[in-house]
Amino acid sequence: MREGCRLSIRNGHLVDPANGIDGRLDLHVADGLVVAIGDPPQGFTAERTLDARGQVVCPGLVDLCCRLREPGWEHKATIGSETAAAAAGGVTTLCCPPDTRPIIDTPAVAQLVLQTAERAGRARVVPAGALTRGLEGAQISEMAALKQAGCAVMSHGDRPIRNTLVLRRAMEYAATFGLTVFLHPEDAYLRDQGCVHEGRVSTRLGLPGIPEAAETVAVARDLALAEQTGARIHFRGLSSGRATAMLLEAQARGLDVSADVSAHQLTLTEANVEGFDSNCHVIPPLRTDADREALREAVRHGAISAICSDHQPHEADAKLNPFPETAPGISAVETLLPLTLRLVAEEKIDLTTAIKRLTVDPAEILDLPVGRLDAGRTADVCIFDPETVWTAGTDTLVSRGHNTPFLGWELRGRVTRTLLAGRLVFERPEKVQ
Amino acid sequence: MNRTNIQLDGQGNLKHFLTVEGLGRDLLTQILDKAEGFLGVAQQAVKKVPLCRGKVVANLFFETSTRTRTTFELAAKRLSADVLNLNISTSATAKGETLLDTLRNLEAMHVDMFVVRHAESGAAHFIAAHAEPHVSVINAGDGRHSHPTQGMLDMFTIRRHKGDFANLCVAVVGDILHSRVARSQLAALRALGAGEVRVIAPRTLIPAEAETLGARVFYDLREGVREADVVIMLRLQRERMRGALLPSEHEYFQLFGLTEERLSTAKRDAIVMHPGPINRGVEMDSQVADGPRSVILEQVSNGIAVRMAVMSMCIGTQNLQGQRHTDA
Repeated sequence: MREGCRLSIRNGHLVDPANGIDGRLDLHVADGLVVAIGDPPQGFTAERTLDARGQVVCPGLVDLCCRLREPGWEHKATIGSETAAAAAGGVTTLCCPPDTRPIIDTPAVAQLVLQTAERAGRARVVPAGALTRGLEGAQISEMAALKQAGCAVMSHGDRPIRNTLVLRRAMEYAATFGLTVFLHPEDAYLRDQGCVHEGRVSTRLGLPGIPEAAETVAVARDLALAEQTGARIHFRGLSSGRATAMLLEAQARGLDVSADVSAHQLTLTEANVEGFDSNCHVIPPLRTDADREALREAVRHGAISAICSDHQPHEADAKLNPFPETAPGISAVETLLPLTLRLVAEEKIDLTTAIKRLTVDPAEILDLPVGRLDAGRTADVCIFDPETVWTAGTDTLVSRGHNTPFLGWELRGRVTRTLLAGRLVFERPEKVQ
Repeated sequence: MNRTNIQLDGQGNLKHFLTVEGLGRDLLTQILDKAEGFLGVAQQAVKKVPLCRGKVVANLFFETSTRTRTTFELAAKRLSADVLNLNISTSATAKGETLLDTLRNLEAMHVDMFVVRHAESGAAHFIAAHAEPHVSVINAGDGRHSHPTQGMLDMFTIRRHKGDFANLCVAVVGDILHSRVARSQLAALRALGAGEVRVIAPRTLIPAEAETLGARVFYDLREGVREADVVIMLRLQRERMRGALLPSEHEYFQLFGLTEERLSTAKRDAIVMHPGPINRGVEMDSQVADGPRSVILEQVSNGIAVRMAVMSMCIGTQNLQGQRHTDA
């Protein structure tokens, strides 16, 4: 379909939390932009009409952490393969961490990612620039240049910065240019060689544990530095109830801090590691029932304002080893929406909140004008059937990575079409809808 | 991968021996009873029985070991199996071969049983999950997770001295956090219904939520061994002195080393055990190690009988499987 095409999405259940819309309304698109909601503008004739009867129509999802593996890890996946997976998952904007090879610490690498993504044309890719050169935690990066090259935020991937002075300087320097700093809160010394939550399961299975304090110590440190420097920080992937409480307290004090959580953290617990399932090897680790409840509650009231996939596709070999030797991470972008819808089914959050945490809230963290469908905005749209039940399997996933603990799970809710700037970038064939 | 059932065939027979957990009291008792029958083999003029004749057992040791490997080798030979000893830590993986490739290559040599030791927890489960269906895997120690034949030989030794487990008080002293032996012992004691189980160590060597292992936690040796029937000392690895877990061997021995004097609060007929090798003057005094209550060398002999029991049971399961296959 051409960019300039005029399109109407009719009969769907439109949910646009940014505009308080939740009802049966049509959506009209022209030249890649939303032109009207409800009745078409006068004289508007659609070249194509999509019937969304029985389906939810919402802004395209915004994923704050989605690894594409390119450049450097093409044996795991590519920008082409993973943006296609993102489109199949309803994700239209995604932020990729800087831990590629080479690292996104120069404008050239950022531009390479952007250009390759543009050629693939399946999703809006927003690279996160490396907070320090080579992610080595020693020398701060050329953030102004990275920003100019298209990096919306600065990040250190999931590598902790050990040196608190470097962290302070990095925050200060980022704040100079109004750049948000994404932090994976983890104290490297307390993490040590740990690979699962330190608790009853690590104790029984004899797996090296990661104590909750590895997260809370880092959260306390980062909050103190944010307060000192005036930097805007975002905690990428909280895992514990205590850290969540610290976040809430800091927000109540007026600190400009946000946080997200990975969808699998809202779904699984340490108990899923039983049997040494290496697909449950994730960092931060899956923690207790109580932690999961606290995270869900924080998503509900908004202290944690974004749910992301933390998509990490791997080649099969990466998971074929004894548990501690396997690479952590889940291929997750296609289960982001169905796992979030599980929370709706379990009445942990309502549908509007769920979609808000997947669209406009993360968009605001990135400071991008996406994740909403008001007239004049880019027409990034996700259409999904909330009732379709499907089984996640190696044959049903688009991602190159099949490393997910949800293989064989019955999931409810499936994306049928995805539009990026008014262009259909994903359409599920009718027979498997 | 199902943690408990992967060890059993469809009929509930022992197929792999990876962990004591999930096997249940009856099966564990069966192992102990069977081992009892094998004790006599060592006294025979010809120290062999033909139960595993024609079978190939590969000792896959990714981590070095003398005692465990040797007793497994002896056990296999007494069962008339052919034994391959592979010291992988210095061969294949050092050349970059993956664990799975090593496994496939050995399977191509028609090995019937792998005895595996590996530095990572879960390694034996991983191998069992990926091995051909006719192959059995016996865990000879994986990381901090499990060392089930050691756990069972300790139970065997306790049963020979004390009989029933129900009224026993067993104290395990030392590095519980890093010990696969302790985890197997605690799981076996839980399953066999031991009266009271205690763990004794400084907090740095006690794992999180240790009470979920079914043990009472003590930080004082004298209190911990009070009225105990069995005192099990664990080996303290030298590397624990690094990483701020302990200040010095000296202070450790002062507080947690077993001496005749500290043993005096235990029951008069208490036995003292140790999986070996002993650090004399660190975990225990030589006087205790060589004293009348020590059953440490007996544990070694019992180890052969217990390993014979487990190996013959797994091979027996394979034979049944083969038979069913032929009948069908």
